[in-house]
Amino acid sequence: MEIIDLGLIDYAQAAQVQAGRCRDVCGSGRDECLIFCRHHPVITIGRSGSPANITASPESLRQKEIAVVRSPRGGDVTYHGPGQVMIYPILRLSRFALDLHRYLRFLEEAVIAVLAGCGIRAHQRPGLTGIWVGERKISSIGIRVQHWVSSHGIAVNVLQDDLVNFSCIRPCGMDIAMTSVETVTNVPWEPAIIQDRMARRLQSCIQ
Amino acid sequence: MHTVILPELGSGIEKAIVSFWFVKEGDMVKEKDDLVELTTDKAAFNLPSPCSGTLTEILVREGDTVRVGDALAVIQEQ
Repeated sequence: MEIIDLGLIDYAQAAQVQAGRCRDVCGSGRDECLIFCRHHPVITIGRSGSPANITASPESLRQKEIAVVRSPRGGDVTYHGPGQVMIYPILRLSRFALDLHRYLRFLEEAVIAVLAGCGIRAHQRPGLTGIWVGERKISSIGIRVQHWVSSHGIAVNVLQDDLVNFSCIRPCGMDIAMTSVETVTNVPWEPAIIQDRMARRLQSCIQ
Repeated sequence: MHTVILPELGSGIEKAIVSFWFVKEGDMVKEKDDLVELTTDKAAFNLPSPCSGTLTEILVREGDTVRVGDALAVIQEQ
């Protein structure tokens, strides 16, 4: 499985890369891949999202240099920043018996396994897609599916510094608290380490 | 005539919301063209056309909630 590392990249640019690859996988049978990156600060509004869930004023967002963009993924409003690892699998969902539920649970279980390797006991919550540590959310999921090929995917909160910007929104349209790998373990982490572990985990599960 | 129905999207997923029609009544569509975008809790899903022909009728509107097996549109096959 090819790994594409886009590094630190604007959300819109990464979305373009995904759309192009997704089109190629759907149309010309190009190989699937796993895209990894981190984003400059951005609030994204998913296809089920409402701008009403952005609680900070436009002026406040400008001061914090947080962009706001519409996203073609499913889900509501979320925040992304350089302290998160983004994982965008471009996969044929025939691997998951054309079952969105099965694919979403697969993504969650991969994150839970990697977090376990970091000493974090994370879990799923029935009816609430995402990965949780206690009552706090450590990883969010929102996907897009075209011709049964996936794009968009997972955000894993790694650095503590980024969490403050979640106060600008109601994540996923709910009053939920967020956490990060650094916050839970109380030691510094490099996003690159989490990225590498996620890549290895997903590759080993998908092969 | 081919009635387009909402297929199974996954275990436990019984309904979706119609978020966007890519085509309008009277349009020609080809098999596998995007017909309509549906959203579930965390997924946006483009439903492809099951056949080529003319989309004669759209049965559900943007914002409607639809259930698996519901008829979404009618295509007069070529």
